[in-house]
Amino acid sequence: MDIFLQQLINGLVLGSVYALIALGYTMVYGILELINFAHGEVVMIGAMVTLAVVNMLMASGVDLPGLMIVAAGLLVAVAVCMALGFVIERIAYRPLRRAPRLAPLITAIGVSIVLQNVAMLIWGRQYISFPPILPSTRHDIAGAGITDLQIFIFVLALVLMAGLVLLVQRTRIGRAMRATAQAPEIAGLMGVNVNAVISFTFILGSALAAIAGVMVSAYYGIAHYYMGFLLGLKAFTAAVLGGIGNIAGAMLGGLLLGVIESMAAGYIGDLTGGFLGSHYQDVFAFFVLIGVLVFRPSGLLGERVAERP
Amino acid sequence: MNWSKLKSDRRIAYVAFIALGLVLAVAPFLVGAGLGNGWVRILDFVLLYIMLALGLNIVVGYAGLLDLGYVAFYAVGAYLYALLASPHFGLHLPAWFILPLGALAAGMFGMMLGTPTLRLRGDYLAIVTLGFGEIIRIFLNNLNSPVNITNGPQGISMIDPIGAGGASLSQSFELFGMQVPGIYAYYYLFLAMALLVVFISLRLQDSRIGRAWVAIREDEVAAEAMGINTRNIKLLAFAMGASFGGISGGLFAGFQGFVSPESFNLMESIMILCMVVLGGMGHIPGVILGAILLTVLPEALRYIGPLEEFFFGRVVVDPADLRMLIFGLALIVVMIFRPAGLWPSKVRRREFSSEAEVLAHEQEALYDASK
Repeated sequence: MDIFLQQLINGLVLGSVYALIALGYTMVYGILELINFAHGEVVMIGAMVTLAVVNMLMASGVDLPGLMIVAAGLLVAVAVCMALGFVIERIAYRPLRRAPRLAPLITAIGVSIVLQNVAMLIWGRQYISFPPILPSTRHDIAGAGITDLQIFIFVLALVLMAGLVLLVQRTRIGRAMRATAQAPEIAGLMGVNVNAVISFTFILGSALAAIAGVMVSAYYGIAHYYMGFLLGLKAFTAAVLGGIGNIAGAMLGGLLLGVIESMAAGYIGDLTGGFLGSHYQDVFAFFVLIGVLVFRPSGLLGERVAERP
Repeated sequence: MNWSKLKSDRRIAYVAFIALGLVLAVAPFLVGAGLGNGWVRILDFVLLYIMLALGLNIVVGYAGLLDLGYVAFYAVGAYLYALLASPHFGLHLPAWFILPLGALAAGMFGMMLGTPTLRLRGDYLAIVTLGFGEIIRIFLNNLNSPVNITNGPQGISMIDPIGAGGASLSQSFELFGMQVPGIYAYYYLFLAMALLVVFISLRLQDSRIGRAWVAIREDEVAAEAMGINTRNIKLLAFAMGASFGGISGGLFAGFQGFVSPESFNLMESIMILCMVVLGGMGHIPGVILGAILLTVLPEALRYIGPLEEFFFGRVVVDPADLRMLIFGLALIVVMIFRPAGLWPSKVRRREFSSEAEVLAHEQEALYDASK
């Protein structure tokens, strides 16, 4: 089996999920200059809600193909997460828009803790497994394997990203988003409803997060109330890697981080003669991040901009 | 203001100072008698967290550099102590030697982290420091093979207690015919260290360096134009904050007798940051208040169980599960109603009051002056 190709495939699939989550971070940051620490928990809620719906449908004995059941769960999860994103912004961030920058960071941490513990109260501390109802046929490409699920995740992620780019570049609301990101006050003077744009951004990011959550839990086969933390951290790292606030950067950063991680997991032992095991893959990701930032302080695709007063 | 009023003010201040000193001196015995020795332990941790929060306050509060990996320096201090004074390597160096060494080592780590990263803008710096904290933790977790340095996830146990000349602080001692456990002795050691840290922080605040930090926080370009070597001054903030973390780490290791990578996760960094921001960034009394509240609150919330029984007749939700939920809600509510922190400094409070208030204030001052 070709390790390089296999790790490349795994990395791209994982990276496309990171990219979806990173988009949520980067869009919010582009408009509000706020690190939405609670975004990872929205991903987790998306996964948990989907699993709850799927398990309920399975238990009720509905005779539907597996893909349909997951799609139903996904729809509910997207709706729940959109509402959640809207509420989070309304309660925790909007009152603090004129406050010092660290204040909304603390409320974001608060929201994150609250969501984690609410999830724990509802779904318990144990790992919830994803029922094996999705097709998982394995295809062989040049000595490496790729499953239906992996193809599906990767393609769906690409379609969603393309859709997002179209939305931001071609539609009226997309133009309003870009205007708000450039200069919120001027955008307001030009007739953009800034508050509505910000709410829309949160809702959009949360919908992507819900889908990413379902992808992750289907991919690894489990979900857990604590899963959002590390995912959010990685996705945020990806967003910074690409240049935070930059949509193309988030996609590039996500894919890159996924590939780097799985390559590190595959090769780190060989490269260091067995001195460092594959559990150093997370360290590797952070080393790459620090390295990139030292040489390109605004990320790979970030522009050098002065800090907004 | 006339002179006699000031004099009486000063007298009040003296009285308050002496009263505070007395309260601090007898606090562990009051707490121990009223709430049990478990709370004396918590009191020790309160002092430890005050030191940590004041250390981070130098970086975040004074210099305005958002550091999300502060716990790494705490870990460096703690592991240095653990490695040099435990059966793990068979080394048993004295505490008075290791503690300053820990401060030095943590300060070096601070410089090491700061040198390549300090030209990054605010939020990029945050994620890099966060990454640094995780790197240190993952290394501590995995450096048990092929050469066993940190003993991996099991951590290092049987660490020597802090002491000097054969006497150790963790032994219980006799006072007025009572057996007093070691946590009381640690209280006085930690109190002395915390007071030292408060003193250093106070002296730094109005020093040339402290004013340079504040200048960088407010406007880096302007600060540079005024002739401040921003890179060196920022590095100094990092090293200074880190060394406070290193000392606290050493004290923690000696006090606890056991360290493992689990104690130094990201949540810990975030907790310390919350103490600083929630209390009132850059304001020493505020930061101390934040540290006290956020250390005591999670412990106090353990009493939810009995409360639930009192109100509902049974335990409805496991209090351990509810504890962090309430904690998170408290963070949100406090920040929404007091965005500058619970006890901000006068300058910062003025920055956040509305323009009309400031105008009224100024007019009042003008009126006073014209009288």
